[in-house]
Amino acid sequence: MAIGLHDSTFTNPVIRWIDQRMPVFTMMQKEYGTFPTPRNFNYFWNFGALAMVTLMIMIATGIFLAMNYTPHTAYAFDSVERIMRDVNYGWLIRYVHMNGASMFFIVVYIHIWRGLYYGSYKAPRELLWILGVVIFLLMMATAFMGYVLPWGQMSFWGATVITNLFSAFPIVGEHIVTWLWGGFSVDNPTLNRFFSLHYLMPFVIAGVVFLHVAALHITGSNNPLGIDPKGPQDTLPFHPYYTVKDSVGLVVYFIVFAALVFFAPNYLGHPDNYIPANPLVTPAHIVPEWYFLPFYAILRAVPDKLGGVLLMFGSIAVLFILPWLDTSPVRSMRFRPIAKWALFAWLIAFFALMWAGGKPAEQPYVLISQIATAYYFAYFLIILPLLGRLERPLSLPESIALPVLRGGGPLPAGAVAKPMEKA
Amino acid sequence: MAETMAPATAPHGAPHGADGSGETRRDFLKLTTGAFAAVGVGVVVWPFIHSMNPARDVLALSSTEVDLAPIAAGQAVTVMWRGKPVFVRNRPPEEVQAARATPLSELKDPQPDQARVQRDQWLVVLGVCTHLGCVPLGQKSSDPKGDYNGWFCPCHGSHYDTSGRIRRGPAPLNLAVPEYTFTSPTQIRIG
Ligand code: HEM
Ligand code: FES
Repeated sequence: MAIGLHDSTFTNPVIRWIDQRMPVFTMMQKEYGTFPTPRNFNYFWNFGALAMVTLMIMIATGIFLAMNYTPHTAYAFDSVERIMRDVNYGWLIRYVHMNGASMFFIVVYIHIWRGLYYGSYKAPRELLWILGVVIFLLMMATAFMGYVLPWGQMSFWGATVITNLFSAFPIVGEHIVTWLWGGFSVDNPTLNRFFSLHYLMPFVIAGVVFLHVAALHITGSNNPLGIDPKGPQDTLPFHPYYTVKDSVGLVVYFIVFAALVFFAPNYLGHPDNYIPANPLVTPAHIVPEWYFLPFYAILRAVPDKLGGVLLMFGSIAVLFILPWLDTSPVRSMRFRPIAKWALFAWLIAFFALMWAGGKPAEQPYVLISQIATAYYFAYFLIILPLLGRLERPLSLPESIALPVLRGGGPLPAGAVAKPMEKA
Repeated sequence: MAETMAPATAPHGAPHGADGSGETRRDFLKLTTGAFAAVGVGVVVWPFIHSMNPARDVLALSSTEVDLAPIAAGQAVTVMWRGKPVFVRNRPPEEVQAARATPLSELKDPQPDQARVQRDQWLVVLGVCTHLGCVPLGQKSSDPKGDYNGWFCPCHGSHYDTSGRIRRGPAPLNLAVPEYTFTSPTQIRIG
């Protein structure tokens, strides 16, 4: 980088003065103003921005909850009840945080689905995808520890069961669990460290999101056609086109969010968590939060302790290597007649797991979980690697602009991408 | 990637008003959108700000009962009210005398003693120095009581008299008298 004042294009003297010394305005202008973005985004491309907004909502409500929360086994439950009853608007802040976690997972699951369907994980966006999976793991850890904090029955027994997963590992397992607990059961030291980490992790997530977006702005966004923009006629400046499109999505998102918070704030929760933690009595039917259910079902699908744990971690680990498992050069499923249906079947398996994970560990749920688990892995480890070789993709459009401007009709032979006139 | 097809400012460029005057439909849309967004942000921010105000349980705990019977003449007790010390002093007649003999013109914050007590003998004041909030000395018999035989704030040297009025030092105001009522001749409720 050249030394000396930055050559700023801003005319406002204050902005210019700052920009010359620290070109943050130039950067914002480049990354969010003129940033060339494919012109054919559909609403699936809203969900990254929605996730970003949700992260900010979670941090804001969390900071205000922490002002009134006491991380001690003797006070935690009561301090949460006090937030609900005594603190001004405490109920609102807590319900937004509680349901915000669910909204966050809904948004991120759709965001991941978009990546799977449109092949956004493929070259050159592998690292962007991997950073996304890292965010997903951090989110799960954060949500898990957050759920422990109110110190209800589900908090306590959820914490006990999940930390005990590590006891499956031979030799070191027990030591890891004792270390996680800071004692011989889930108790005050556990609650204290979970609170500390639960406060820390969202900021770590924010850091990884920054890297995620930095990587995105090197490769540029994918798009529903999965083909690269070939020139200015294929892109639009991010602002105002996609700031507006994201805003529209945001308004709809807030309506859904508000409906949940104001009309069904406990719909996605479990009533047992309004019973204070009791280390002597386990609730009859313990289930994790809905967003963990698919993975919980995979865990229970295997009759072997270590096997179940490994498979559960494996179900996420496999996402890390997905960019190399999918051998097809075609990104968008629109042009992959077989893979598309294989992926929809995968989605059904995912929902089946989510459903079975919430049922007792009995037949037929175990069998359903086993079949769905098998397909979940088969899709990544067998179907995608093979289809890349066997499937014959449909022919790709020549450019993004052409089908848009022609209403997607077949291209006349020999048509060339003609630069569009200025709008 | 190549540059975009149009500069970011292009959509703002052409006026959309039919008559070509300065105000355009887009300006109107921008302003109304901005106004709605501002109202929305305000509505969202208020619950957060208000959550930092005293909660209901804090407000519910904001009164304290004090039994006066065990406090002999010339003695004082300190009770906690809303997290702050309240001085309750059983003043012997000479202290009341001294307070009432002081001409108002000598006072920095002129207030007659009668206006500061409900019953001559009982002085009830917040034990919080009106300078910067330290707790003045003078409750124990071994404490320095300052030049006016009341209280002395060690932080920056404020002297209060037997009515808790500021006489010397940087504090601007007399020790505050909290709201209280006699619930019986030997019992008060503060707050
Ligand atoms: C805190 C959670 C997350 C935030 C705030 C976030 C944010 C974003 C944003 C702002 C974008 C650009 C807008 C868009 O294309 O929708 C994006 C793109 C992307 N994200 Fe995420 N993301 C998160 C989690 C994830 C996860 C969990 C994955 C995958 C496992 C992921 C994979 C991707 C990919 C592949 C892209 C590029 C998409 C494309 O260009 O088609 N992200 N992310
Ligand atoms: S605080 Fe008492 S004199 Fe300054």
